Amino acid sequence: MEQYSSKVMDHFAHPHNVGEIENADGVGTVGNPVCGDVMRLYIKVENNIITDAKFKTFGCGAAIATSSMVTDLVKGKTIDEALKVSNAAVAEALGGLPKVKMHCSVLAEEALKSALDDYYKKKGVASPVKMPAESGHEHDME
Amino acid sequence: MRTVYLDHAATTPVHPKVLEAMLPYFSGKFGNPSNLHDIGREAKNAVEEARAKTAALVGAAPGEIYFTSSGAESNNFALKGLAQANSQKGKHIIVSQIEHFSILHPAKTLEKSGFTVTYLPTDKEGLVNPDDVAKAITKDTILVSVMHANNEIGTIEPIEAISKITREKGILFHTDAVASTGWIPVNVETLGVDALSFSGHQFYGPKGAAALFVRKGVRIKPQIEGGIQEDGRRAGTENVPALVGLGKAAELAAAEVGNRMRYTSQLRDKLQKGLQDRIEDMVINGHPVSRLPHNLNVSFWYVEGESMLLFLNMEGISVSSGSACTSRSLKSSHVLTCIGTDAAVANGTLLMTLGMGNSAEDIDYVIEKLPPIVQRLREMSPLYEDMMKKKAAAR
Repeated sequence: MEQYSSKVMDHFAHPHNVGEIENADGVGTVGNPVCGDVMRLYIKVENNIITDAKFKTFGCGAAIATSSMVTDLVKGKTIDEALKVSNAAVAEALGGLPKVKMHCSVLAEEALKSALDDYYKKKGVASPVKMPAESGHEHDME
Repeated sequence: MRTVYLDHAATTPVHPKVLEAMLPYFSGKFGNPSNLHDIGREAKNAVEEARAKTAALVGAAPGEIYFTSSGAESNNFALKGLAQANSQKGKHIIVSQIEHFSILHPAKTLEKSGFTVTYLPTDKEGLVNPDDVAKAITKDTILVSVMHANNEIGTIEPIEAISKITREKGILFHTDAVASTGWIPVNVETLGVDALSFSGHQFYGPKGAAALFVRKGVRIKPQIEGGIQEDGRRAGTENVPALVGLGKAAELAAAEVGNRMRYTSQLRDKLQKGLQDRIEDMVINGHPVSRLPHNLNVSFWYVEGESMLLFLNMEGISVSSGSACTSRSLKSSHVLTCIGTDAAVANGTLLMTLGMGNSAEDIDYVIEKLPPIVQRLREMSPLYEDMMKKKAAAR
């Protein structure tokens, strides 16, 4: 396996924004323990701006690092800006990810989209969120 | 910082006495054993001396030992070579589901060339039931391959009971003893096997030197052709220094195996108990008694293996992980799947394998460092959060 970048290792060893937000405006949980990663992302929204984001993640080093990075990236962003945060942006901000770990960045994007979707639902507004179609890897059971 | 190497199933360091034995054969005594001149004969003698020592470790005759480059090569050679050389008698093979991929993949390849393969399940502790072997045998069965001990969970299989069945039926029996050789007694007569694989770097020998025992009179088809080496059964100029190292490692293992069993099992038990006393919701995988002395395979609920591995590495502790995330295929271990380990907890697995270089202080250090790592990751885990909320709600 390729090595992790020093930025990934830094976010893994000292992740930012770990925890829960009580009465969060949006919560998204994605992934599956069978595949080895589950991400839960909480957002607090005031005046259309994400004022806080926290996460809890069960997963490998890359899963924790991408969770940490995606929460960093969306804090202070408007909802519209947050909707545009892609998995590629998360991976790039981490100085790249090993090929086999790219699905972790997809999961981070999904967790964010899922939290935003939940935010719209809680507000009772039709959600414009499109979940990414590609979930990263196949689960063929041998 | 203390460094604690708990990954002896991955590889072991070369023993200083092994290294010392090898050194003259790199540039001083550099000959090719196939040559008739003195330089060649010097190398040939060294290889044959190594063969005798290697054979003695497993109770074989020197002529029954074929040197190979790795445990994987020995397994490939055994499965394909025995199947192909005996295919006129039948085309059915029996293996267990927890074999190493160097057995399972050749088995798949043989299926593509007209053989049929039965993959036997194990019980929850990883044991193959000899009755299942007996039931799987048909008129067409020519070969059974069940590993001596599993490389992940350490379970030691009932090889003697299985060989009684195969001998009665006149079926060839191969065992992959790569994980066990050097750590518990391995004897081809006691085990009653026709072929047995083992590898030097698993027991303080160098990488690149391994062996396949093939009982005298058993036919095997060469997989590497084009040379007279290894009695014409495995072409290629011998890796003389590595084979000399394998021979020396075998000699040391034969003398020390009892001591290795006592020493490592005592440390392993200390480690297991220390972790059990400090960490909740953890599962010891493998058989509680019939298990390799230096093996501890443990799954922790709500956390993922690679994360634990990386944090342990930061503390100077080297272990392996059975998690989906550390494998390229993103699948959890086929061994844990076979023994029925819940797929979620299988991803939170660590494989710790001890060795003669580990001290009681090293084990204390691991017992001190691992529990807070597990706790820290659990506090970060949504699965742990859900479980705690469920517990609170039930109260």
